[in-house]
Formats: sequence, C-alpha cells, structure tokens
Amino acid sequence: MFYREAGQFKTNYVSDSAIFPLRQDRIGLGLIIVAAFALAFLGNDFLLQAVMIPFLVFSLASIGLNILTGYTGLLSLGTGAFMGVGAYACYKLMTAFPGVNVIVWIFVSGFFSAAVGALFGLPSLRIKGFYLAVATLAAQFFLQWCFIRIPWLVNYNVSGALDAPLRTLFGVPIMGPNATPQTRYLLVLSIVILLTWLASNLVHGRIGRMWIAIRDMDLAAELMGIRPLQTKLLAFAVSSYYCGVAGALLVFLWYGGAEYDVFNINQSFFILFMVIIGGLGSLIGSFFGAALIFIMPIVLGLTLPALLSPFGISVGADTIEHLRFMIVGALIIFFLIVEPHGLARLWQIGKQKLLVWPFPY
Amino acid sequence: MDILYKVFIEPFVFMGEAPDLLIQTLWEGLVSGVLYALIALGFVLIFKASGVFNFAQGIMVVFAALILVGLYEKGVPAFLALILAALAMLVLAVVVERVVLRPLVNQPDIILFMATFGLTYLLIGFGELIFGGSPREMITDALLLPQGTTEINALGGSIRIQHLDIAAAVIASLMIGLLAVFFSKTRIGRALRAVADSHKAALSVGISLNQIWVIVWFAAGLVALVAGIMWGARSGVSFSLQIIALKALPVLILGGFTSIPGAIIGGLIIGVGEKLGEFYWGPLVGGGIETWLAYVIALLFLLYRPQGLFGEKIIERI
Repeated sequence: MFYREAGQFKTNYVSDSAIFPLRQDRIGLGLIIVAAFALAFLGNDFLLQAVMIPFLVFSLASIGLNILTGYTGLLSLGTGAFMGVGAYACYKLMTAFPGVNVIVWIFVSGFFSAAVGALFGLPSLRIKGFYLAVATLAAQFFLQWCFIRIPWLVNYNVSGALDAPLRTLFGVPIMGPNATPQTRYLLVLSIVILLTWLASNLVHGRIGRMWIAIRDMDLAAELMGIRPLQTKLLAFAVSSYYCGVAGALLVFLWYGGAEYDVFNINQSFFILFMVIIGGLGSLIGSFFGAALIFIMPIVLGLTLPALLSPFGISVGADTIEHLRFMIVGALIIFFLIVEPHGLARLWQIGKQKLLVWPFPY
Repeated sequence: MDILYKVFIEPFVFMGEAPDLLIQTLWEGLVSGVLYALIALGFVLIFKASGVFNFAQGIMVVFAALILVGLYEKGVPAFLALILAALAMLVLAVVVERVVLRPLVNQPDIILFMATFGLTYLLIGFGELIFGGSPREMITDALLLPQGTTEINALGGSIRIQHLDIAAAVIASLMIGLLAVFFSKTRIGRALRAVADSHKAALSVGISLNQIWVIVWFAAGLVALVAGIMWGARSGVSFSLQIIALKALPVLILGGFTSIPGAIIGGLIIGVGEKLGEFYWGPLVGGGIETWLAYVIALLFLLYRPQGLFGEKIIERI
C-alpha cells in the first residue's frame, strides 16, 4: 500500500541507474542508519558489546569474502588468516608510531592484508574451484604459523598476545580498557558504513562488472578483453583489505586483546557460512548472514533453558552447547534447502510481494 | 651462501650419514600417508558418485569410532559393536540422502558443500550430546589388533616398526583392493561408475540415483569406520580428530578429486613429504611446519597440473 513505485518517474540516466531507485528504499535505508546511530545511546552495554559490535565486524568480514567468493567466484578458506594480517599489522603500526591517530592505522593495516591476499591469490589464475580452496588453506595455515612463530609481530611480549593500548580521539578514549562500548560501537559503525558504501560503489561500477564477468565465465570474460590476472588479483586485494580492517576491528575494538588462535580455520569457515547463508553476491546478504550466524547462537543460548524447562528437562551448560551446535547445523541445512540463494533472495522476494500487496499480483 | 648450504646440502648429507633415520622417517611417512589416503578415499567415493564435496567425512570418522567405542563400553562384544557401528553408518547414509541430498539435487557445488558443513555441526553436537566430549581409548585389544614394536638392526642403527602400523597398512591396502574389485567387477560398481560419468545418462538407462547415493555414502561410512579405528588406535578417539579431514584435502587435491589411485598416491606423497620436511628442514625455521607443508606441496603440484595428478583433464568451452 505504502510501498509503490507508481508516480516515481526516471527522467535521466543517472536516476535510471541509481542503486536505490525507489524513494521508499532510500527513506528506509536512512531510517536504518539513523536507528543504528541512535542505538548507541539507547542500547545497554551488553547489547552493544556482545551483539552489535561483533555483528558489524563480522558483516565487514563477510562483505570482504563476498567480494571474492560471491562477486568474483573464487572460493577462499583463508579469511581468518587475512583478518589476522590486518590485526597484526595494525598492532605493529600503532605501537611503532603512537603519535598518529589509530583510526588512520586501522585503515592502513588493511593494505598490508591486501598485499598478502594478492600474493596468495596468484595461483588463482591457474587453479579453479575447490582446488583454489587449498591454495587459500595454505595461506591460512602458513600465516597462522607465522603469527605463532614470529615474536617480532607482537613486539616480543611474553604472552604472545595482542593487546589494545589506550588511544584517544579528541580526548575521548576510543581504544583500550577505558573506552566505553558506546564509543567503540560508534567508531565501528562509522567505519563499517563508510566501507560498505565504498564496496557498494565498487561492485556496481566497472570493476564490479569485471568481477561478475569473471565469475560467470572467466574464459568468456577474457575474450571480451577483461584481463583475468589483474581482475582476480584486484578481487583478492580488495577482499583481503576488508578482511584485514575487520580483523583489526575484531581484536582492538571488540575483544580488546587476542591471541593468534582467534584467526584459526574455524573463523574462516564461520565467515564463509555467513556469506553463503546470507547470499552470494549480495552486500545486504552479508549483513543478514552475519546477523543469522552470529546472533542465532546467542539467542539460542539465552532461550533454550527457558524453552526446555516447562517440559521438566533441566539441562546443564554443556548440553545447551551441544544442542546449540545441533540446531545451528540443522538450520544451515534447512536454510539451504528452503532458499539456496540465501537470505538476500528471500529479502528480494519479500520486497516484490510487498510492491503488489495486498493483491496477489 | 650459508643459507643455501643449509637448505640444499646439509639435509642430504645428514640423510646419507644416518640412513637408519632416513628409513625410519620414510616408514613413518608412508604409514601416515596410508592413513591420509584412507580418509581421502571416503571423499573420493562420494565426490565421484554425487559431485558432493563432503566436508563431513572427518566427523564421520570420529562418529563411527565413537559409536564403536561407546557400544563396547556398554558391554557389547567388540565385533558385534563393529557390525552395529557399520549399521549406524548405513542409517546415517539413508538419512543424509533423504533429508539433505534429495532436496538439494541440481544445486551448485558450493551449496552442497555448505550443506555438508551443516551436517558436520549437527554430527558434532549429536555426538557430544550422546558420548560426551572427553577423549577415549580405541579398543585395540578387543579388536585383536596387534601391538608392540619390532626393532630391526640395520644400516648402522635400528629401525623401530610398530606392529599396529603394519596392521594399518595391510588393512588399508585390503580395503582399497576390495573397493577396486567392487568398482570394476560388480553390478553396483558398474552402476557407480556410470553415475560418476554422467548423472543424466545413468538415469536414462534406469539406474536409480538415490540408491547409488545411499550406497556410496554407506561405503564412505565404512571407510570412515576403518579410518576411525586406525586413527583412534594411534591418537585416541576425540572430536579433535575431525581436523584430519583438513589434512585429507591436500591429498585429495594432489591426486585429483575423482581418482581412487590418485587418493592413495597423493596420500603417500603428502605423508612422506610432510615427515621428511618436518624432520630435515623443519629445524631451519623453528619447527612445526607440518601444519602447512602439506598444502604447499599440493600447491606446487597444482601449479604444474591444475586438475591434480590423476584428475580428469579440465576442458573449458564457451
């Protein structure tokens, strides 16, 4: 009823190729962004620290992997390691140059990750599909080994862990033990919105079309004049940049400190889940996937005891954990069967239906 | 120059000086290679027949071994427990085919791959719920597996060979031989090969795809059971064992996804390469390179042959 395209005329090419051609979509997006910022002042610390910050960080990493796997069609299982490169680079940079604002280093650390990503992307010209997954697995295990074995990366500290030093912006602590979840949330939110906007422009532009052409058929794309090596490496670099920034955010703005173990293979799989459940080749899908995969286990952990207690079943914490595993696994299969193209497709279908609602067509 | 000497000369000099250590390392590499090959075999079986890259193979290994040990601890005789565990794998195969594969027919590979991920989570949760998360001992005695070691004095030193390793190698070879006969001589085996060649053509001559999938998942389950017994005997039965599924990946890639001999030779190359690399070159960089060396070996082979050593030639058309 209220969601109609009637009366909105496109009178020039710019408005015709707009990403959000509907006025209602633009208003909706604006409302969501305003609500996200308002949440910093309305939500409590638990919501911000344990739900929203990690959700945004994982969304960013999912966008990174989605650029590689969803848009360019290159399967990567090394996301965790690329996130790690970003985190370690950020740590080295901000301890070596404490005078420069840390936000600059968060963005710069992504470039180190991008360089490493492009290096490990080199075999992608020759190796395809699941075979490429092994090349990225080599990256995953090799880089993780580096994180353990090279003490220079953590400035030779004895614990071998990364920790977030105190850093301020305009006198307000934004990193380290004194930073409130509120300020960290606002910082993460701003970075994620900025990078998502950039990604959206990238994938809708010439570069994005090159990636999509490579994904759909790299041989045909090559014949059309798209250089496969450069395009694939660019995808690896951009993807790793996003993952690297996400890794830096993960360690320094969410955990506040971490060991190499955070960037293990499970982290890579975790992000891959989000991308596939959310929808390959969709930015909004990355957010949906992160929300589902990250928030669902939290919700299950909170609600399962309450759900089971009326039946006289009182369960221990470990049983809850096992049930959670089972339910997450079952739901992944369920979602894949119901909608193999991910939540983003469901969102599309929902919007289509809403356009004609309350009539069937 | 010094570094070149250390990388290219010194390890070989050391090999020549202590041939017994070299033989020992080679033997250990071969044994772990056979065990890798066993796991890779489960992957290949399923990939050939259904085109599914079954990530759940690792957890199937753990699951089968846990059922076996769990039943034995409940007082079931060992060999009855073995049969029951095999039956459980049959049930698993039927359920997977019904619930996961059938609704996902004709979906892209990556979706099926993800579905087996979901299956992995499900089985981890289910297994831990029933058997608990604590590691267990494999019942080597009750299954009449030999134990102890033999020392052979030769080449100016002694070589230690575990009897269990010999048994593992023999059983794995038997298993592989049986599968080869099964594939080439029986009616079902021919049907399996037909399905591997082309789903559509196999359907058109009246082969039931669903049946074939149940059979290959069951066969992969049996391979998983054997792998579970062997790995369990070496390193105990626990959920951390499912990580070996990741170790099987480079083996698989090296041999090619669709080739059973490839899985075996790939397993041996990876096993030997890993052990030699760790023993002779590992100390140069501080050790622990076993975690990634296998992938790098596979990567080097792949750059030369992108479809694996024995994989079908990839022909691309527009």
